[in-house]
Amino acid sequence: MSASLRARTIALILLEVVFASLGELMLGIGMKRIGPVRNWALPALGLDFVRVITSATIWAGIFLLLLFFACYLLVLSWADFSYVKPISAVGYGIIAILGYVVLHEQVSPTRWVGVACISLGVALTSQTEVNTTHGVLP
Amino acid sequence: MTTAVLLAIIVLSGTLGDLAIARAMKRIGAADDLTHPRHWPQVLAAAFRHPWFYIAVSLMTLSFFTLLALLSREAISFAIPATAISYAAGVLGARFLLGERVTVKRWAGVMLVCLGVLLASIG
Repeated sequence: MSASLRARTIALILLEVVFASLGELMLGIGMKRIGPVRNWALPALGLDFVRVITSATIWAGIFLLLLFFACYLLVLSWADFSYVKPISAVGYGIIAILGYVVLHEQVSPTRWVGVACISLGVALTSQTEVNTTHGVLP
Repeated sequence: MTTAVLLAIIVLSGTLGDLAIARAMKRIGAADDLTHPRHWPQVLAAAFRHPWFYIAVSLMTLSFFTLLALLSREAISFAIPATAISYAAGVLGARFLLGERVTVKRWAGVMLVCLGVLLASIG
């Protein structure tokens, strides 16, 4: 298997993870600005709905999640699901490190051990063959 | 009891949804070498025409709304085991439903990821 295919696969998985994390972040920020739904009566709920669908932040989040999904579809068209899925967990590590370095968040020892396990697991999985079902259709 | 049932539905429908997407994309990608970016628009368009794509989206939707139902009953931490288990369940499904070859090295990687996701989420 070519080294370039592995590189392209890992690059696309990383891009997928970045889009997913940023998309969820934008949705989170957008929904926090709107605030919790307090009144479940239809008119009030309709007003909340309008605020959601007119929020630029929410649309940015949806756009980023669509980009995530496109990357996910593309990478699955040539790579094993059992290759893509575990490597996608690298997002947990990136978020913990970003939180620590950029936002100066406290990261508990348990969480660091988790991030270390994930990193090791991702490293092991990434060394396996990208596609093991060439031409054999499920 | 209900929580356990909801967790099972979340893991099963979410995993089967992922596997259905993987199956659709494998079939689309098997025809030619479509890994070059110039083929990507064509690959994405083919996904929307594939019946398994819609089976996958339905299963993922079921998983998502079951998660919402769970979150309305329990704290968000109840969803953590489901997230961790889904990595192992996904690889098990890829092995038996999609015929992927999961070597010892890949299994070891997946198990470490499962443990790591669990620890990173509770920590």
